[in-house]
Amino acid sequence: MIRLSALTVGFALGLILAAGAAFAQTGKVTVVTSFSKDVTDPLKKAFEKAVPGATLEVQNRNTNAGVKFLEETKANNQVDLFWASAPDAFEVLKSKKLLSPYKPKATGIAEKVGSYPVNDKDGFYSGFAASGYGIMWNERYVKANKLPTPKEWQDLATAPYFDHVSISAPSRSGTTHLTIETILQGEGWDKGWRTTKEISGNLRQVTDRSFGVPEAVNSGQVGYGIVIDFFAFSSQGAGFPVKFVYPSVTTLVPANVGIVANAPNKAGAEAFIEFLLSPAGQEALLEPTIRRLPVRPETYAKAPAGYPNPFKDKNLQGLLTFNAELSESRTAAVDTLFDQLITFQLEPLKAATKTLHDVDAALAKKDNAQARALAKEARDLIAAMPITAAQAASPEIRAAFTGGKEKSSRQAELEQQWAAFAKEKYAAAKAKADEALKLAR
Amino acid sequence: MALAGTRSAGQAALALAIALFLGVFLVVPVATVIYVAFTEKGGGALTLINFLDFARTELFVRSFWNSIYVSAMTVVWASALALPLAYLTTRFEFRGAMLVQTLGFLPLVMPPFVGAVAMQLLFGRNGSVNLLLDEWFDFKIGFMEGLNGVIFLQAIHYFPFILVNLSAALRNIDRSMEEAAQNLGAHGLRLFRRIALPLALPGYIAGASLVFVKVFDDVATPLLLNVKEMLAPQAYLRITSIGIDDPMGYVISVVLIVVAVATMWASALVLKGKDYATTQRGGGGLARRKLKPREQALAYAVVILILALVLAPHVGLLLLSFATVWSFSPLPDGYTLAHYARVLGDSSVYIKNTLLYASLAAGIDVVIGGAIAYLVLRTKLPGRQWLDWAASTALAVPGIVLGIGYLRAFYGVNLPDGTPLATLWIVIVMAIAIRRLPYALRAAYAALQQISVSLEEAAENLGATKARTVRRIVIPLMTGGLLAGFVTSFATAAVELSAVLILVQSNSDAPLAYGLYVLMQTPAGRGAGAALGVIAVIIVAICMGLAQLAADRSQRARGLDI
Repeated sequence: MIRLSALTVGFALGLILAAGAAFAQTGKVTVVTSFSKDVTDPLKKAFEKAVPGATLEVQNRNTNAGVKFLEETKANNQVDLFWASAPDAFEVLKSKKLLSPYKPKATGIAEKVGSYPVNDKDGFYSGFAASGYGIMWNERYVKANKLPTPKEWQDLATAPYFDHVSISAPSRSGTTHLTIETILQGEGWDKGWRTTKEISGNLRQVTDRSFGVPEAVNSGQVGYGIVIDFFAFSSQGAGFPVKFVYPSVTTLVPANVGIVANAPNKAGAEAFIEFLLSPAGQEALLEPTIRRLPVRPETYAKAPAGYPNPFKDKNLQGLLTFNAELSESRTAAVDTLFDQLITFQLEPLKAATKTLHDVDAALAKKDNAQARALAKEARDLIAAMPITAAQAASPEIRAAFTGGKEKSSRQAELEQQWAAFAKEKYAAAKAKADEALKLAR
Repeated sequence: MALAGTRSAGQAALALAIALFLGVFLVVPVATVIYVAFTEKGGGALTLINFLDFARTELFVRSFWNSIYVSAMTVVWASALALPLAYLTTRFEFRGAMLVQTLGFLPLVMPPFVGAVAMQLLFGRNGSVNLLLDEWFDFKIGFMEGLNGVIFLQAIHYFPFILVNLSAALRNIDRSMEEAAQNLGAHGLRLFRRIALPLALPGYIAGASLVFVKVFDDVATPLLLNVKEMLAPQAYLRITSIGIDDPMGYVISVVLIVVAVATMWASALVLKGKDYATTQRGGGGLARRKLKPREQALAYAVVILILALVLAPHVGLLLLSFATVWSFSPLPDGYTLAHYARVLGDSSVYIKNTLLYASLAAGIDVVIGGAIAYLVLRTKLPGRQWLDWAASTALAVPGIVLGIGYLRAFYGVNLPDGTPLATLWIVIVMAIAIRRLPYALRAAYAALQQISVSLEEAAENLGATKARTVRRIVIPLMTGGLLAGFVTSFATAAVELSAVLILVQSNSDAPLAYGLYVLMQTPAGRGAGAALGVIAVIIVAICMGLAQLAADRSQRARGLDI
């Protein structure tokens, strides 16, 4: 490897003619973030004003790519801060020893938003804003198709919503993952998956980018999207005809910032964190293009009317205490189950769901006990899970995803098993539903 | 024979230099990532079990056949779009031929993200077309649904590969061939089918094979349509999701590379054993016939129809860049210049970087692509095919794999002042150059195949050295093809994102595509993203127009020299 590197250097140096040397300037704070320009620009401007002499260098990468980047470059780290939404990304960085602990000096920051602690208990990262998941919809679309207004997750599983709903895959979006995990923890493993699959039977699409969902809703390609709140709020800020609601089972999750281990400008990094938590930094979150929920309760006094306030609004107090350890223990299993049972089996799942909606409609006109029983069997078949909650967090299954010694099978084998399981169950459910439909008509 | 000795020594040195270049910037970085495909997860022991898993996983097998189907159908549709444009503009007196050529190239220059958003707004389930159809006739057409949607978008996006290469090839056919056929009584379609098309086959095959491989390896379009059950998206999703250490993503990458190489190999096989060279006698190109008025009207109708279809994404992009709010309606609610005002300040640095990177990368590509084509077609060096195949694999290496490979290979290497090598902008240029090398290579290859060796032999018989022959005979005759390669590489390099995204280290080194990506992360940024996209397209279009002009000039100058 050494010889190889030497060769590489020699050759590459030969090619570089006049590449300007990029010396670190004093006061340059480099941050890797998944936040868009809409978010970073106003905060950069405010930070540079608040801390004279400092400049914020923003490197935009999506969360996974950012984690990967820090991992690949740790031997020679040039980044001061990691700044992103998903707490699990910070957990990964922490477990790989890529963060350095820092306790913010700012006072007046809430301990918890909803039921989620704002800061990492070991002090490796700090929450600076909160966001919650909910349902967003396009008013023009809903009006044109004469569709209802949703309130709860379960509403999305009902017949009128068929083929009108969009979500991003939990394996692709840390925040969708938290939503699914919230439903699983709130309703229990089996009931939670049943709800998830019933909603999924109505999906129009599963996107691979989290902002694919608000994009589709804004442009009217789909009616409803399961999104994180600021996507809806900033769309409203831009003038799109969309509405948003938090269902009662939701979790507010902090968006975080943490100092990278061996940061070249640690003092600058600390200054940025202090700025984010200062009154000025928190107020900047209220800008129409940002619209995150501040973690400083007093800031809400300056918020526009109708702005959600997790420290006052009853529905945001959190019915659920989110268990981060449980979530972490089965992250890969939950994401892979969603992909194999739903994302890549969407057509058969939708076909069975559509028939069941038809059965319900027919039964509403003329009841038939036998058809009702068959429909229930079909629903149970759809809800069936290849593994239990205990198995999902078991060392065998975890090892299959990490390549550990305890694994009983390889990840690819598990995936194929789960996919085959789902395919068979959905086909059986469709057959039962067809039978029920014949009887009910 | 002493002369032959020094000659092949020079050729061997050239081949070695290229091999070294490909080794350092393509093979080694990619190998540092791809070897995972051959290791057991967690253990690191070498194994082929992952490939067995691939064959046993129904999802992957289904994805594989979906990809084959989509790629093949895209070639068919792209050909249907490209043939009339190429033939009409090169074969006939056609006013605005240059404009048509330039416009016909634009679909390739579609900045990521915004293009698909624009197409959804026009052709999506509730896009302008379907909303109007629904209002007037009460039905909708699923242009963008499933695999057919992918074929629809891919054919529009990639048909310029065929157009450019085929047009260059048609221009290179000596007009005497056609005149001879005409003297023998052939005309119309028969003339096209029996003379022009067979002689232009290298260009067509070059374009078609590129389209096939590109579509097979394309990630963006299927994903933007939410079609995940294709091979390249599967690889991308696995590599960028939680299972970043999972071997299957890299196994799929290996499969992609194998398919790309096999396609190139098959396309070489098709052309093997036939001679496509015509001895140019200056003037070059097919004789341009005049169209009768009725024919002319028909020809214009066809051209305008095709252009309207393939430029729809750009029309949508333009509308989006001026739109205030565009939601569930055939046209935007209102128009504004605010998006342009917002991006104008930032964009100058992006534009500067894009022009610099894209022209450097395309320059490297043309030089190396031309050299490889020459070595393969004109020399007998052992193993010369490997250069071609190695360069062609770049087509199939997912951008993200190349990006991670560069970080691994170059980040540990420090410059004297302590900054890592991978943070220099030149690394971005190299990544783009490698990614776009196959385009220039195929173009150079096709151009050289059409030049008769007899011209070079004549020059050498007259005492010219090999180097002089290349300089005075081969390169001037290849100009059209090389320029086509430069334009293709340049224009597509200007909107390259996947590898760039991993390698960009600071905003001041970032190209346009990165700026777009950053803007497109929020729903509120669509208008600004579209505005930046329009700026990108205009810049690339101007550069291409200039290149076309230069090509035309050189062609005419050669014609007048005689």
